Amino acid sequence: MPATETSPEFKTITINMGPQHPSTHGVLRLIIELDGETVVSLKPVVGYLHTGMEKIMESKTYTKSLTVTDRMDYMSPLGNNMAYVGAVEKILDLEIPERARTLRVTLLETMRIASHLVWLGTHALDLGAMSMFLYCFREREKLLDLNDMVAGSRMTPSYFRVGGFFADVPDTFVPAVRKFVDEFPAALAEYQNLLTKNRIWMKRTIGVGVLSAEDAIQLSCTGPTLRGSGIRYDVRKAMPYTGYETYDFEVPVGRSGDVYDRYLVRIEEMKQSLAIIRQALDRLRPGPVRAANQYLFPADRTDVKRGMEELIYHFKIMSEGFRVMPGDAYFSIESPKGELGFYVVADGGPKPYRVRVRPPSLIHLQALEPMCIGRMVADVVACIGTIDIVLGEVDR
Amino acid sequence: MGLEELVPDGILTTSVEKMVNWARRSSLWPATFGLACCAIEMMATSASRYDLARFGAEVFRASPRQADLMIVAGRVSKKMAPIVKRIYDQMPEPKWVISMGACASCGGEFFDYAIVQGVDTVVPVDVYVPGCPPRPEALIYGIMKLQEKIDRMKLRPAPVPPASDQSAPIA
Repeated sequence: MPATETSPEFKTITINMGPQHPSTHGVLRLIIELDGETVVSLKPVVGYLHTGMEKIMESKTYTKSLTVTDRMDYMSPLGNNMAYVGAVEKILDLEIPERARTLRVTLLETMRIASHLVWLGTHALDLGAMSMFLYCFREREKLLDLNDMVAGSRMTPSYFRVGGFFADVPDTFVPAVRKFVDEFPAALAEYQNLLTKNRIWMKRTIGVGVLSAEDAIQLSCTGPTLRGSGIRYDVRKAMPYTGYETYDFEVPVGRSGDVYDRYLVRIEEMKQSLAIIRQALDRLRPGPVRAANQYLFPADRTDVKRGMEELIYHFKIMSEGFRVMPGDAYFSIESPKGELGFYVVADGGPKPYRVRVRPPSLIHLQALEPMCIGRMVADVVACIGTIDIVLGEVDR
Repeated sequence: MGLEELVPDGILTTSVEKMVNWARRSSLWPATFGLACCAIEMMATSASRYDLARFGAEVFRASPRQADLMIVAGRVSKKMAPIVKRIYDQMPEPKWVISMGACASCGGEFFDYAIVQGVDTVVPVDVYVPGCPPRPEALIYGIMKLQEKIDRMKLRPAPVPPASDQSAPIA
């Protein structure tokens, strides 16, 4: 629906891109002012997927609210789970068992790879490399099988719980992750073989969408969008959570802050994720996966069938949920997109009083205009791909 | 082997209706139109492992004017609903709609101020696929159900009351 508006003085044309457009990664709408084919101004219009998630979490118990977080950044649902349960655990001041922490790191890093694979597939598809999409989804299916294995759902597992996990992983989990870790480097080499020195890919990405380090900081960019500009900032290093300080990994950074550098940063991040998964699997020992707080989880099933107190408790926790003492906490993680933070206010009841999300995608969306101004309209597609937005998280 | 043995003379008899339905159901062209989580599952359905091309529905068209199937994949917000309607109106007849997932079918877990409680309040839906999000197998099953529905379609339109003097054919 091109809404054209020409004025004799300026001779610019305003076009509307989206919300139904194959390259906007969902329902993003952009109002682009063009001078010929050069972008003069670009305004994102958000809200086409507004779901009222923060509000709806106020009406659900702490455990049920977890399912809502899955549907924000649906590329890495377990990352959202982690940020949310991390905030609640911070209010409760819980000690999480070592096995649960290690499993969380394993799952978070598999989710990072899965998210980057969707980014790589769709980003390359937008720039004309159709085969990349098929190759990336081939590997992503293996990671979704892991979700399927632990939680019974491919994309919205809701596997983390406040205080650890509801149940341990099945015995098949560790061999399956090891198999993936062994196979994935070959696939990664294949992707790089197809893209890194590809002349078309380099022409479309080198020098495109440049974001200087100063601009990236001014626009509060985080994650690969910031690191592509050369700033070595990673929440896993700066504010370690769930035991990341004990893992040995590098934080890759780019130099020039263009689309190509961010591509290299993300490819390198996938390799580092593999290294973290290997370390986590090596130190995984049998043990409990639930925190030693008896009020967070339902009672043992056999006890429920024998004891009256356990039956009453089971009924209470299933219908009402657990209560959280008054307090508030902000907890942020390094999601595949950037710094994802949850601010949770508890008032002593079984439901959160207020939940506020700091979505990296929404904040990165404002970096789109400085990236695109002065470039050709075809580069807008490359710039949308490189900031790796998820509209479910932008609009919530 | 195969068809040549079954049809030695190269002649088959069938009805125009059956042939048209066969052609329509075997090459459904979905509109590239994703809303939320389900859209990623829809992409996975068309990608490597599940390969929607086996059912003739892999040609996702970027323009609704070239598509005849709309897969509403995800939650429809009240801001998005008029656009969904507009995309549906832009598609040429005959056209079908699959409501993919709990949110598109009935609002799902989002019973609140922002989400349309079922896309069937905006566009007519042919097949509902449950799940949050539905697995690719479920979407494929939904498409197969739609194909069965297309097989039962009649070429002749339903009888209409005689118009006054306009004898325009009914599309």
